[in-house]
Amino acid sequence: MGSAEDGRLQLKVQDLNARYAQAIDDNKLEAWPDFFTEDGRYRVTTAENVERGLPLGMIYASSRAMLRDRVRSLRDANVYEAQRYRHVIGPPLIAHSEGAAVHAQTSFIVARVMHTGETTLFATGRYQDHVVLDGDKALFAEKIVVLDSRLIDTLLAIPL
Amino acid sequence: MTIAEARRWPAEGLTRVPYWVYSDRALYDEEQERIFLGATWNFLCLEAELAGTNSYRRSNLGAMPVVVTRDKDGELHAFENRCAHRGSLLVLNESGEARDIVCVYHNWSYDLCGNLTGVAFRKGLGGKGGMPAECRPETHGPRKLRLATLAGLVFGTLSHDTPPLEQYLGAEIVARIRRVMRAPVKLLGGYAQTLPSNWKLYMENVKDTYHASLLHTFFTTFRLNRLSQKGGIVVSPSGGHHVSYSLAADTGGKEYEQAGMRAAQEGFGLEAPGLLEAVDEFGDGIGLQILSVFPTFVLQQTRNSLAVRRLVPQGLDQTELVWTCFGFTDDDDAMTERRLRQANLIGPAGYISMEDGAAPGFVQRAVGTAPELVSVVEMGGGSVASDDNRVTEAAVRGFWKAYRDLMGL
Repeated sequence: MGSAEDGRLQLKVQDLNARYAQAIDDNKLEAWPDFFTEDGRYRVTTAENVERGLPLGMIYASSRAMLRDRVRSLRDANVYEAQRYRHVIGPPLIAHSEGAAVHAQTSFIVARVMHTGETTLFATGRYQDHVVLDGDKALFAEKIVVLDSRLIDTLLAIPL
Repeated sequence: MTIAEARRWPAEGLTRVPYWVYSDRALYDEEQERIFLGATWNFLCLEAELAGTNSYRRSNLGAMPVVVTRDKDGELHAFENRCAHRGSLLVLNESGEARDIVCVYHNWSYDLCGNLTGVAFRKGLGGKGGMPAECRPETHGPRKLRLATLAGLVFGTLSHDTPPLEQYLGAEIVARIRRVMRAPVKLLGGYAQTLPSNWKLYMENVKDTYHASLLHTFFTTFRLNRLSQKGGIVVSPSGGHHVSYSLAADTGGKEYEQAGMRAAQEGFGLEAPGLLEAVDEFGDGIGLQILSVFPTFVLQQTRNSLAVRRLVPQGLDQTELVWTCFGFTDDDDAMTERRLRQANLIGPAGYISMEDGAAPGFVQRAVGTAPELVSVVEMGGGSVASDDNRVTEAAVRGFWKAYRDLMGL
């Protein structure tokens, strides 16, 4: 792979993750599933589970429909105090690509801001993304959120 | 002055809980002695978490750090995670493999039973320094726990007064544990939560069958758990242990809708209902069974999602909740996938469990400035008995019965 092609893929993934994070941070959760393919997979897990080869996730979805269900549950059923996130996302590292499929790893940190004003460093970790490109469009076929810590403060409502 | 002298429980008894139980530092310290280091069996880990010989993992007895080991012969042991010398933690990693345990600070070594086996430079170097011959550092070794296992669960106690585990639990609780732990365990993974509340508030929440369908609206809307579902509670004779259960099928009516409860929102259907697709693996139609063992153990069956939870008190208003999710070694791929999918219901991001991380904190924040006021725990009257309905706080009162007995309150 030439460096120009490498750079093009890196920009694609970076743009996708930036727009993904913006949708979450701006409370446009209804747009969140649309960053995935119809049978896209989304999982939030911990580095410890990954290192031990254990498959459990805190969130485990295997379709856009499951993600839409989570958004509707967060909007209409679940009880949690008003809060917002601020994602800061590092540059993606392209692991490998094959045709329209790109595998990348990207570091992130998320600050959580409660309605009380309390701001904490809520999560750090890496996105392990499988992105599919279709012309100008890029979508997640799989996004695995690997948290560095196994510990979540209070609850994880809004997706990471 | 003891807590019993300083504090007086409300005259109404178990139907009132004074708020100072969540905010009194001296009481918290006394709980560590009387409850966690006292005559109770504390869940330490699953046997499956120590799969191989010469392995260890960290756990806790209340706030006390503990090491659980499996020695070269496959025997389990547990001891305080504290060096005999200067009191340093002996084991720093969460889990691992080792033939012996060596303190990083001054290289004192222990076997996997917790016996001190070596003191670095005990006889000094070149005839100089070292420890006097009459010094017996072994007598300062980490305190050893008594262990008991039941169906793959490992419990520990420091007290010689703790009755045998099955007697401590009672026959009904033992049967309900065996019901879930039906085969050798396969670990699926874990995670933990920091709860912004006293440990007792989380345990009350676990035992509170009244809140489940009211706070957790996801539960109710999809008829995973409505109080109109057939079910009931078991409270152990000591009060300290409980089981709540409900059948998977809902035969109930429209009570929630008629009362206009938030939990009964109409028109809420899952677009991907496969999330809830379950099999009756226990063959008894029970879709939900929450079981607790005093003081801080929870065994949970939510359809095919199985987990053990344990609490680590980290101060008056902070508690760590550790989850380990599992299946069985005879699960096929479809069953494993089902368990992982249904794990969306539990944990810090769980459709059901999410609120349980926060609700005890809502109480903690509100009652800190009201130590002399009380909560009203009177659903189901003053009973601490088993019942065939769940519109009751009998298991919460049972918790306080066991608590007061141990605390002398």
